[in-house]
Amino acid sequence: MEKPRRGLAVLGFSLLLLLSAAVLYGGFALLRSLSGSKIPAALLAVVWGIGSVVLLYYVLNRGAEMLPRRARRYLLPLVFAGPALALLFWFLVLPTLRTLWLAFFDETSTRFLFLRNFRFAFTDPIMLEGFRNNLLWMVFGTLFCVGLGLVIAVLADRSRWEKLYKAVIFMPMAISFVGAGVIWKFVYSYKGEAAGLQEIGLLNAVAVALGGRAQPWLLLGGWNNLLLIAIMVWLQTGYAMVILSSAIKAVPKELLEAARMDGAGELRIFTGVTIPSIRGTLLTVTTTIVIFSLKLFDIVRVMTGGNWGTNVIANEFYMQQFTYGQTGRASAIAIVLLLAVIPVMVYNLRRFGESRAFK
Amino acid sequence: MRPRIIAVLSLAILAAGLVALGADPLSDAYAGKLKGTVVTMSGPFTDNDAVKFNESVREFEARTGIDIQYEGSKEFEASISIRINGGNPPDVVDFPQPGLLSNFVKTGKAIDLSKVLDMAKVKANYIQSWLDMGTMRGPQGPIVAGIWARVNVKGIVWYNKKAFDAAGYKVPGTWAQLTGLMNQIRKDGDAPWAIGIESGAATGWTATDWTEQMMLRTTSLANYDKWVAGQLKFDSPEVRRAIQQWSQIWFGEGNVYGGRAAVATTSFGDAPKVLFEDPPKAWLHDQGNFIVSFFPDGLIPGEDFDFFNLPAVNSTYGAPLLVAGDIYAMFRDRPEVRAVMQYFTSAESLKTWVQSGGALAPQKDARLEWYTNPIDRRLGELLKNAKAVRFDGSDLMPGAVGAGSFWKEMTAYVSGTHTLDQAVKAIDASWPK
Repeated sequence: MEKPRRGLAVLGFSLLLLLSAAVLYGGFALLRSLSGSKIPAALLAVVWGIGSVVLLYYVLNRGAEMLPRRARRYLLPLVFAGPALALLFWFLVLPTLRTLWLAFFDETSTRFLFLRNFRFAFTDPIMLEGFRNNLLWMVFGTLFCVGLGLVIAVLADRSRWEKLYKAVIFMPMAISFVGAGVIWKFVYSYKGEAAGLQEIGLLNAVAVALGGRAQPWLLLGGWNNLLLIAIMVWLQTGYAMVILSSAIKAVPKELLEAARMDGAGELRIFTGVTIPSIRGTLLTVTTTIVIFSLKLFDIVRVMTGGNWGTNVIANEFYMQQFTYGQTGRASAIAIVLLLAVIPVMVYNLRRFGESRAFK
Repeated sequence: MRPRIIAVLSLAILAAGLVALGADPLSDAYAGKLKGTVVTMSGPFTDNDAVKFNESVREFEARTGIDIQYEGSKEFEASISIRINGGNPPDVVDFPQPGLLSNFVKTGKAIDLSKVLDMAKVKANYIQSWLDMGTMRGPQGPIVAGIWARVNVKGIVWYNKKAFDAAGYKVPGTWAQLTGLMNQIRKDGDAPWAIGIESGAATGWTATDWTEQMMLRTTSLANYDKWVAGQLKFDSPEVRRAIQQWSQIWFGEGNVYGGRAAVATTSFGDAPKVLFEDPPKAWLHDQGNFIVSFFPDGLIPGEDFDFFNLPAVNSTYGAPLLVAGDIYAMFRDRPEVRAVMQYFTSAESLKTWVQSGGALAPQKDARLEWYTNPIDRRLGELLKNAKAVRFDGSDLMPGAVGAGSFWKEMTAYVSGTHTLDQAVKAIDASWPK
């Protein structure tokens, strides 16, 4: 009795496999033919898209379950993780490899230049300016975000109004970088000097109220970078604060009590007990913000477009690719940026590994 | 015998006519043979422009049954490269910068229009300058890469007519008169000019327009063409002189409302608003005719505001017109796409847009009576009667210069971060080799 039933099951499964292949391809073909009529196409895309994912998992799972127990052990994880891995390979690994490939060619991707694009990426004055500014973003942006986040988290922890403080600091997180750029454009606005001219910028209002003169803030070499970094600090401090705050709350009360018993002052407890206990979280937050500041783009794009010495690498990459059509150079810059981020990523993943987030 | 010859001749003529008719892709469309087909189009028209574009092709769509689907995007320049290089181009692409189109012509992506359109008709309907500017070099030599649709006139000087007349100022016809007018306005306690070059990531383009106007007024057209093609360096006496010519106006004490630093921080669209305050804070604004849509609402063209062409600096060179516009190129070849492209070469395709304001038609069959407001009509006239027309140079230069270093270095020069010397050398260095 065993054998024929098994044969039947295999036959059924093969039919199912054929059917799902037909559904997958048929939906695709139908969708392509519908390109003229948008609403039916959108509806079909939703139904077919979600439906075929469900179908695919169901069919593959069914197939894997029919296999002998030992094979199943190895195949089942593949059934569930496989499609995601395949997509990741297709959409992430392949494009990365292609970018690397294109980085050795000219703007038409036909003439082999070898390392000339990389020489550009490391020697052109505009790129050097970008490296300098990214370094500024990385150092000052991260320092202020994490530093302020930590200080606020510690202070708020002891306040009656903790929830209110944290909500206010956290609120800018909800604003997109581009939106923040628009808001801060008004803060830094400068109208010039003429009879009867009314400044509308917040910072200039403060400067004038304090007896100073209105300044074209975004034009001030050196300062303008810090003024742009202030925007990121405004946006990201909330993130650092929330994560660090939860870590601080997780520090065992007994530990703090013990330190107090031993006669340590509050500052000593902070540096000697709290900081070591939240070291892991602190590092994670720091690396996340470092990565953030390395690939920073939106603020500079919206506020200055990279003018007046504020260019960053990501913006130069965008300009090279989309405005200048220099695919080779843009790819080289993208690779450089990737290489700059990788060490931080690896460090972060290692820490995740230690904390068994992946096990 | 005779009648037979006439009959034969007329038959022959008829046959020739039919053959010629067959060559015109439009005839099939008007005969309704292409009913139900779709032509996709991409370009930078959004909001109001998109509405006016759709309005202007509606009659054609109704007559032929071809549906022209225009997809406008503000990030057009970025998205179009992805679509074309990814092998998924729309049928027709509307380029506001011919320089960008020439990139795709160079890689052989654009279709040679001389092979698919009735070129006799096209040639008869444009002056030579436009045809020249639509011809670009492909991998197999020069091709007709695009046809010109909506165009606009750049670099004309706008003023608040009522206040201007009330103050007793006169429209200057020469450079000396312009200088005299500027002195007079300064003496009266105002700033002559309102200038702003801020434009987000495109900050600086207004300064490049001024450079082009001054190039046209202080050196020969041949030099202008050489400069645009990269044969005359920025670091040359001609280009330096042109930049210095506008610098004298821009950097002169009290010449610009808000002062030099404010030029870099004032948005190009906000700059002219001070002309229409009561009393005006500044009196003159140099910009393309599109700027009218940035003027305060409710102003009557020709009564509340008017324009004059920036006077000649040197009578040898005169005051050639600086223009810009949209060039349509074809990326997929189907009968309905041919028909639509052929249709775009007639002024008919812009008629309602011209009538509702905001567009000038470069085609010869455009009629001056279509222009409903006096400003547009005078612009149309200016365009029709122009002795010399030159296209916005920065739009013709390679993107790395025309949409990159030229903007950026002029911005740095205006805000004082770079000297003229540093700026022109940096632009030359960025020119792709």
